[in-house]
Amino acid sequence: MALVFALRQLAHVRLPEYSRRTAAASWGAWLTGQRSFKTGTQPLRSNSKVTVHFVNRDGEKITVKGSPGDSLLDVVINEDLDFDGFGACEGTLACSTCHLIFDEEVYQKLGPITDEEMDMLDLAYGLTDTSRLGCQICLTKALEGMVARVPESVADIRQSKDGSL
Amino acid sequence: MSGHKLLLSELRLWTSGRRSRWTVRLREGVTARGNASFPSCNPKVCVVGGGPAGFYTAQHLIKARQDVEVDIYERLPVPFGLVRFGVAPDHPEVKNVINTFTQTAKHSRCHFYGNVHVGKDVSVDELRQAYHAVVLSYGAEGNRNIAVPGEDLTGVYSAKDFVGWYNGLPSCEQLTPDLSGETAVVLGQGNVALDVARILLSPIDILKKTDITQPALEALAASRVRRVLIVGRRGPMQVACTIKELREMVNLPGTRPEMAAADFEGVTEALQDLPRPRKRLTELMMKTALETPGEKEQERRSKASRVWGFRFFRSPVEILADSEGGRTAGVRLAVTRLEGSGEGAQALLTGEVEDVSCGLIISSIGYKSLPIDPSVPFDTRKAIVPNTMGRVQQAAGLYCSGWLKTGPTGVIATTMNNSFDTARSLVEDLDSGTLDVSAAKPGSRSVSALLDKRGVKAVGFSDWEKIDCEEMKRGEAVGKPREKLLTVEEMLQVAQT
Repeated sequence: MALVFALRQLAHVRLPEYSRRTAAASWGAWLTGQRSFKTGTQPLRSNSKVTVHFVNRDGEKITVKGSPGDSLLDVVINEDLDFDGFGACEGTLACSTCHLIFDEEVYQKLGPITDEEMDMLDLAYGLTDTSRLGCQICLTKALEGMVARVPESVADIRQSKDGSL
Repeated sequence: MSGHKLLLSELRLWTSGRRSRWTVRLREGVTARGNASFPSCNPKVCVVGGGPAGFYTAQHLIKARQDVEVDIYERLPVPFGLVRFGVAPDHPEVKNVINTFTQTAKHSRCHFYGNVHVGKDVSVDELRQAYHAVVLSYGAEGNRNIAVPGEDLTGVYSAKDFVGWYNGLPSCEQLTPDLSGETAVVLGQGNVALDVARILLSPIDILKKTDITQPALEALAASRVRRVLIVGRRGPMQVACTIKELREMVNLPGTRPEMAAADFEGVTEALQDLPRPRKRLTELMMKTALETPGEKEQERRSKASRVWGFRFFRSPVEILADSEGGRTAGVRLAVTRLEGSGEGAQALLTGEVEDVSCGLIISSIGYKSLPIDPSVPFDTRKAIVPNTMGRVQQAAGLYCSGWLKTGPTGVIATTMNNSFDTARSLVEDLDSGTLDVSAAKPGSRSVSALLDKRGVKAVGFSDWEKIDCEEMKRGEAVGKPREKLLTVEEMLQVAQT
C-alpha cells in the first residue's frame, strides 16, 4: 500500500506534461503514471492559477493548482488525481460521481446551482447541504485556497425498480 | 450557464489528444507482451459479460494489481452491453463511459473476446479450469412477466424487447411493434418506463440525430401514438423513476401532461418529512399535475399534440383483445388503495376495475437475471447468484458483479461501485492467498483452442473497432452519431474484413 502511494505521488509530480483528459480521472492517473516516458518539468507555481486542496477518501490532503475557468473536474483530470470512478460521464451532468463537499463559506461563493445539477446531486451518496458536482464549479480567483472533500463513496444511490441506467 | 458548460465539455472530449495516449499504450502493450513470454504465474482472471459490470470489474482488477491479466468474454460481437443496448439513444452523455471502457480494453493486460457464448461455446467449468478466477457479470437478460391473461396478444411487448428494438439489439431486430393505435399504456413507473414513454412521444427531429436504429426511426415517424399512460400500482410517492427522467418528460417538446388531481390527495402534508431526493421528485410531479402553468407554459401546452400522464393506484388484471381476438384493444386495470405509507406501502385491491382502450402495451416492471449453468449456484427467488461481497457462495474462485450480484436496479454509477467492490474482494483473496495462484493457468490459450475446435471465431477488440468505424461512417452519412449494425452476421462480416 505504501508503495502504491509512493508511486502515485511520483506520478503526480511527473505528470503535468502528460496530463490528458480522460473519462475516469483515477484510471488516467494510474495509466499515465505507469506509462510516461518523459518527466514533466512544468512549473507548479503560477500567479494566475488558483490553489485547490482536495481531501480524498482516505482523508489525505492533495494540493494542486488550476486555471480560472477550469471546472473542478477539469482540475482532477488535469492533475490526474486518483479518485476512483470520479467523473464517469465526463462532465455532462449525467451522473453524480464528481460529487464534492465544501465548507459553508466556500459553498456560498460557488455560484448558482441549476435544477439539473440538483437533480443529479439527489442521486449522490452522502449528500450534504453543501454538496456540489465538481463538473459544474468553475475556478475563480475568489476561490483561492478552497477545500473540496471527496465523499467516502461515489455510489450513486438512484434505485429504480425497473433498473434503468 | 449549464448549457454552455455542457458544450465545452463535449468539445473537450473530441480535442483531447486521445490518439497520442493510445500510441503510448500501444507501445507499452508491445513491451508487456515481450515480458509475458517469461515463464510466470500471473493471476489470470476471466470476466463473463462485456457490459459495464464486466468492464468496471476488469478496470479495478488491472489497476489494483500489477500482475493480474483479465480476459473479457462477451456473447455478442460488440462490447458495452446495456450502455449500447439499454441506455436511451437520446442520452448520449451517459455513453461517455465507453471511453473509459475502451481504455481498459486496450490495456496490455486486458483482452476482449466477443462472439463467445459462455454456457454454450465454452462452459463455466472449462473457464474455471483455464483461469484462477472467474467473474460472472452477464447481467439480467430476462424480464419479469406481468402474468395476466392476454399478455401474448399482438401489441403487448416487454420494455426489454422494445428498448432492445430501438437500440439495435440483434435478438429484437424483428420486433416491429404495432404503433397504429392512438393510446399506449406503459406498465411500471421506473426510468425504463419513462425512457419508453419519451421515445414514443419524442419529436422525430430529435430522434433522428441520435443513434436510434433506422427501422425504429421510420416506425416512430409513422407512429400514430399520441397519448402514453404510465401506470403504477401505488401512488405518486412510490414512483421508481428519478427526477432527471421526470423533468425530461415535463420538458418534452410537443407534449403536455395529463394527470388526475385526486391522486395527489394528502401528498402535500407528507412532503415535509421526505428525504430531499423523494421530496424534490414529488414536488416536480405535483407542480406538473396541479399548478396552473404560467403564460408561456400554457401556450406551449395548448400547442402540444401529444399527451403523457401517470396513472396511479392501478394494477393490470387482463389484456383485452379486439373483436377478432388477436390484437390488443385495451387493458383492464384493478383500482388499488395503499396500506401503509412511504417506500414500503402496499397496494391492496379495492374490487373496482377500470378498462382503458389502447393499441399498445409495454410492460416495464423489471429485468431478471437468468442462470447460466447448473454448476453455478442461483437463487431463483431473488434471481441473483448468491454471494458475499461478490464472492459466489460455496464456489471458490467464482465471483459475480453487476446486476447478477445485486438484482437489476440502479444506474451506471451503482454498477460501477458494485463492480469495484467485487474486484476488491478478488484482490483481497489474491493478497491473502485464499485464492491460490501458485499453479500456472493457461488462460485464453486453452480457451482459444477449445473455441477453434468448436468452430467459434472470437471477435477481438480491434475487430470491434472496425465495426465501430463502419457504424460511425454510416451514421455520418445520415447525420447521426452512429448507425448500428443490426445483425450478428453483419457484425461478423465487418469484423472479419
